[in-house]
Amino acid sequence: MDQTPAVIRTKGLTKDYVLGSETVHALRGVDLLVEPNEYVAIMGPSGSGKSTFMNLIGCLDTPSAGEYWLNGQPVSVLNDDELARIRNRDIGFVFQTFNLLPRATALHNVELPLIYGGVGSKERRKRAAEMLDRVGLGDRMDHRPSELSGGQRQRVAIARALINRPALLLADEPTGNLDSQTSYEIMNVLDRLHDDGQTILLVTHEHDIAERAHRSVTLRDGVISDDVRRGQPATV
Amino acid sequence: MNIGEAIRLALMQIRTQKLKSFFSVVGVIIGVMFLITVVSVVEGMNRYIEEDFANAVFGINTLTVSRTPEIDTSSDPDQWREYRRRPRLRFEDADAIRRGLRVPAIVGVTSGSGGSLVSETAVEINNVRLVAASSEIFRIRNYEVVKGRAFTAPEDRLGVPVIVLGWDAADKLFASLDPIDRIVKANGLPFRVIGVLEKQGSLFGMSLDNYAVAPARSSMSRIVNPHGIVDNILVRVDDEADMTLAAIDIEETMRVRHRLRPAMPNDFAIDTAEGSLGFWERISRILFIAFPSLVAIALVVGGIVIMNIMLVSVTERTHEIGVRKAIGARRRDIHAQVLIESATLSGMGAMIGIGIGAGLAQLVRTLSPLPTAIAPVWMISSVVLGVGVGVIAGLYPAARAARLDPVVALRAE
Repeated sequence: MDQTPAVIRTKGLTKDYVLGSETVHALRGVDLLVEPNEYVAIMGPSGSGKSTFMNLIGCLDTPSAGEYWLNGQPVSVLNDDELARIRNRDIGFVFQTFNLLPRATALHNVELPLIYGGVGSKERRKRAAEMLDRVGLGDRMDHRPSELSGGQRQRVAIARALINRPALLLADEPTGNLDSQTSYEIMNVLDRLHDDGQTILLVTHEHDIAERAHRSVTLRDGVISDDVRRGQPATV
Repeated sequence: MNIGEAIRLALMQIRTQKLKSFFSVVGVIIGVMFLITVVSVVEGMNRYIEEDFANAVFGINTLTVSRTPEIDTSSDPDQWREYRRRPRLRFEDADAIRRGLRVPAIVGVTSGSGGSLVSETAVEINNVRLVAASSEIFRIRNYEVVKGRAFTAPEDRLGVPVIVLGWDAADKLFASLDPIDRIVKANGLPFRVIGVLEKQGSLFGMSLDNYAVAPARSSMSRIVNPHGIVDNILVRVDDEADMTLAAIDIEETMRVRHRLRPAMPNDFAIDTAEGSLGFWERISRILFIAFPSLVAIALVVGGIVIMNIMLVSVTERTHEIGVRKAIGARRRDIHAQVLIESATLSGMGAMIGIGIGAGLAQLVRTLSPLPTAIAPVWMISSVVLGVGVGVIAGLYPAARAARLDPVVALRAE
């Protein structure tokens, strides 16, 4: 291993759910290594453990067994508040349903991670405005989500995800609620981010979306069944 | 997340749900309104009693000697039986007190009862306070004679049937006529009007000017009391510092005159304006003990309502809380946000309550003689109380919100 740590390293990542008297083994030991600036698509049919894996990688949930290092930090041993800090600083989420605060303006939505990160209001405003500019929404800052199109909402969500310069951008079906034209635009945004050096983990079940990534990992029944590289990842 | 940010957020939340927010704080509004109204009325009453009432009844620097206390709130029948057995005060007692005093003072006697006055033109007024008093009464009570003159000590000694009328009595009897030197009949006995007193105003809605005073030894004494008997002996000391000393002298004189042995209690009463406040202080203490419990009930109910509303609000916003957690809100951030929202809501309710309470107090001031007053300390305590209720009511909803699992919360719609 070289001096820059892997963005994601999991070892035997396992998650069991107890449903009444039954135990569901959602993940049965996943080992994955994602290097900086990789662009990885996570594929898999429903029930494959995709969502569970995504929740664990996003530090929204803790594994039943196994280990997980994010950016070199062992996160599988962290408590709730420490996980919140990781989510705030090191991970940027982009969701299928955007998950913007409906009553807040675009600017406030983008500012939100900075608020929880304890950044002062002046700097917050400046950085959020810059970020909205970068995703092409400099003129929509005071609009509420309901006043924006789906593509614009997803751009706001991307701006929010990137505001703290996270090590990992975690996109969960980012185009699932968008028409193909808008999907194409959003995927272009992700491509550009990748070109700028962003590490991206993309969860999707659409093959043409997954094609955009340089590596495709398929989950089946809680284990990795396939791991294919396409093209040339920047660091390899 | 800092507090200012959380308050801004809370205000935004409240603004988007004005009606719901209002109803959720009705309990707090009522509690605080009640508190402010009652406190301002009681404080106004305090001021009124202390400044106006006590001095109007007893006078400044004046000791009032009577058979029984002027104001007695006791309901003990034995006590009342004892009062009835007490000897009555006599003119001679006043003379003895005058001789016995070692401090400079004016001593006078006064007796009164209700009665009627009839003018020469047959105008009759009833329920007039008819008073037989010694000539010192004008100086003791600070009566200003605005028309004519007061009666003199010689007139008093000789029992000349002259009379000085209160403003209202003179006005009703004579209207625009000059009352001086006209004859009025008090309960049938004739008196010559020699003066009219300055307007005194009213006390608890009773006019102090429906009044007539004649010399203590004039025929008026027959109307108000049996021969030789007086209701009160008034002692006005020149210097306020001599009040205690005067009280001791009076007590000594009276005990000697009534031949009381050392172990026996006084069979007369000495009241002062200050002493008479004791009864009021007892009443206001009861008010101050009883009302907080009523206010507390309103606030507890208000708190429970707020708690429920906040629980609903937290449930409604489960998804939002999930989003906030996903982007880095810690438990304590969510906890603080809910608490601050609850406190802001309740605090605003308290402010509305203060507004309404102050309005009611203003209304009381306009409609009654009570000079209602709200001390700023009560306004501040009300807001603190309101915010406190909000914080307590918000504890459980906040804990629920903070404990939410981000995965579960994000899945909620």
